[in-house]
Amino acid sequence: MSPESSAPTPLELERHRPYLLRFALLQLRDRTAAEDAVQDALLAAIQGASRFAGQSSVRTWLVGILKHKIIDSIRKTAREQPVERLDGDGAEDLDAFFAGDGHFADAPVEWASPERSLEERRFFEALERCLQALPRNTASAFTMRELMGLETEEICKELGISTSNCWVMLYRARMGLRACLERTWFLSGPAGGR
Amino acid sequence: MAFRLSCKEASKLISEGMDRRLSLAERITLRLHVGICDACTRFTSQVGFLRRALKTFPGPDDPDRR
Repeated sequence: MSPESSAPTPLELERHRPYLLRFALLQLRDRTAAEDAVQDALLAAIQGASRFAGQSSVRTWLVGILKHKIIDSIRKTAREQPVERLDGDGAEDLDAFFAGDGHFADAPVEWASPERSLEERRFFEALERCLQALPRNTASAFTMRELMGLETEEICKELGISTSNCWVMLYRARMGLRACLERTWFLSGPAGGR
Repeated sequence: MAFRLSCKEASKLISEGMDRRLSLAERITLRLHVGICDACTRFTSQVGFLRRALKTFPGPDDPDRR
């Protein structure tokens, strides 16, 4: 099969494995589970290669398949070990971000050309580290929302938590990530010294 | 909901506004606060940036590193 042919060869698909693994790892935080999801996605892609429509890039197509496998994996984990409600309950821990009068304890500062950061590998490494620092379920809800593009209702269902808990978890994630990136990238990281 | 929001209340609404449609009253009180608050203006654009960053993940291609 020539490289120009619309159906990607197994070798072409295999090339995307490292990329897919990084995506799966960010959501699942478990190397075995992430490797399994990527393996399942690549197998499904090889079997269904003729169905690749060629309208998107191979990578986008693969990520679409991978998302389904990741959700399967999340469901399996949720069945085996239900989400601890505590992680999503209440917002008391968020008080630390604010003064008694409701003002920010540390007000967000201006970020220097954030869009340029999106062109830097090291920024994404900083982002991964900041996500790792979040509580597991908080990070999971956030990446389901922003990486996988799920609606809040689906996230609540998968995690077995209430909608308002879901909103609090996403809020907590954004507060934590924002502060972490500001501290580790925009103020002190390479972004500041460029 | 109070007519005047604190940054604490406003930031929560800004976040929720990314996940659900805010009510008219919420949108109005939020706009009144953000309009005069630099911290919450930055917060709004920064959580929007987080959304774009996750959409771009994992970032620039190291041209198909094997």
